[in-house]
Amino acid sequence: MKVTVDFDLCESNAICMAAAPEVFEVRDDDFLYVLNENPGAELHDKVREAAERCPKQAITLED
Amino acid sequence: MSDRRIVVAGASLAGAQAAQTLRRQGFEGVIELIGDEAHAPYNRPPLSKKYLAGEADYDSLRLRSMADPAELNVDLQLGRRVSGLDVGNQTLQVTSLADAATVEVSYDGLIIATGARARRLPGVDLDGVFELRTVDDADRLRAEFEAGPARVVVIGAGFIGAEVAATAREAGLAVTLVEAEEAPLQRVLDRDAGMAIVDLHRGHGVDVRLGVGVQRLVGEQRISGVELADGTVIDADVVVVGIGVIPNTEWADDSGLAIDNGVVCDATCLAAPNAVAVGDVARWDHPRYGLIRSEQWDNAVEQGSFGAKRLLAAWTGDPVEPFAPIPSFWSDQYDRKIQLSGVPSDNVEIVQGSLAEQRFVQLYIDGQGRPTGALTWNRPRQSMQARMLLDNDAELDEMREALGG
Repeated sequence: MKVTVDFDLCESNAICMAAAPEVFEVRDDDFLYVLNENPGAELHDKVREAAERCPKQAITLED
Repeated sequence: MSDRRIVVAGASLAGAQAAQTLRRQGFEGVIELIGDEAHAPYNRPPLSKKYLAGEADYDSLRLRSMADPAELNVDLQLGRRVSGLDVGNQTLQVTSLADAATVEVSYDGLIIATGARARRLPGVDLDGVFELRTVDDADRLRAEFEAGPARVVVIGAGFIGAEVAATAREAGLAVTLVEAEEAPLQRVLDRDAGMAIVDLHRGHGVDVRLGVGVQRLVGEQRISGVELADGTVIDADVVVVGIGVIPNTEWADDSGLAIDNGVVCDATCLAAPNAVAVGDVARWDHPRYGLIRSEQWDNAVEQGSFGAKRLLAAWTGDPVEPFAPIPSFWSDQYDRKIQLSGVPSDNVEIVQGSLAEQRFVQLYIDGQGRPTGALTWNRPRQSMQARMLLDNDAELDEMREALGG
């Protein structure tokens, strides 16, 4: 799985971080950082949840 | 299970999420997704913000979960409304809005996601008066804003009203925001935080009137003014009414469901055998808070997903936990991102920043000294951290340490 974020859409709501903190982190500068662009299978459910819950739909997943 | 039929009543965020989850969980039977709007399920939050401002187009509202209903193998039926239900016989009445023809549909599983509609001011039938709930509402209002009205009056300083006021103001329009209470949002925030929102709007040049209700709307065929309870008349070319929503339950009044400010469900969102309710219409027994109904975006996604799994679990015998999320919502006004995780209470403690800076983290604390929620302004990371901490029943000191500094 490959994780990409459209940073033109991202508004740092940090909901993805709540769903998958292993992969997404919003830091004190209010920007989102993707900690792992190729998360392992054990994280796929969490990352899918993060993508679904993004209010901006800024997260794209490719299998 | 491949010969079973699940009907999702309501083609909105929660309904679409439920349909997608059914497929992801391996359900191979028929899914009918029935909605009374002419549009495939779409995302509503931008309607009061970027879409209304003309900065986001229709395509950007499309829900990813519904990008391709055919690929999901979902029978998406638009322009149709569920009009009756018999939970004993597991049948629904579905009425076409085009020709009013009603058919009976039987189901093995039902996901109730009929949502809520904007509350209207009673007895008002004037042009230029709007509620904002649907994309059609937003299109009409956007056209009015683009025509450059001399003054927009927003009735109700809840989140929708406040967001519309901010969008109108940023478009350069003169705006009056009228709120009947002494401070806005008193059901969801403390008084000081409500007043901080008022300050934010006043700082941007909105004329905010507090503690005064609306007596009547003035105009012949089209709105010309708003008369307040104190006799003041404010000239208005456009009025936006943001006074809350009403859950869409009338269609189920004689169904055998418990209806009381929503469809009443147990802690697992089950409303009747083989029927769950999700999203704005669902009032379920939350283990932390008792019977609650949420009108929040995040809940619609989460509960839509949960409800789908709950329905399938009734057939597979998989264990079912209560639906017990920590509530959270956000509101974007001007350049501020206002987020609440958890619920408010009477005691507040600011652990980072200040109201004056309009950037802060504030904890809500109950009478026993336990944290119940966190309000943040332009602190998204801390808002989500707070949500996780609350979910883990963190103590006050732990939250102070994690969110302060």
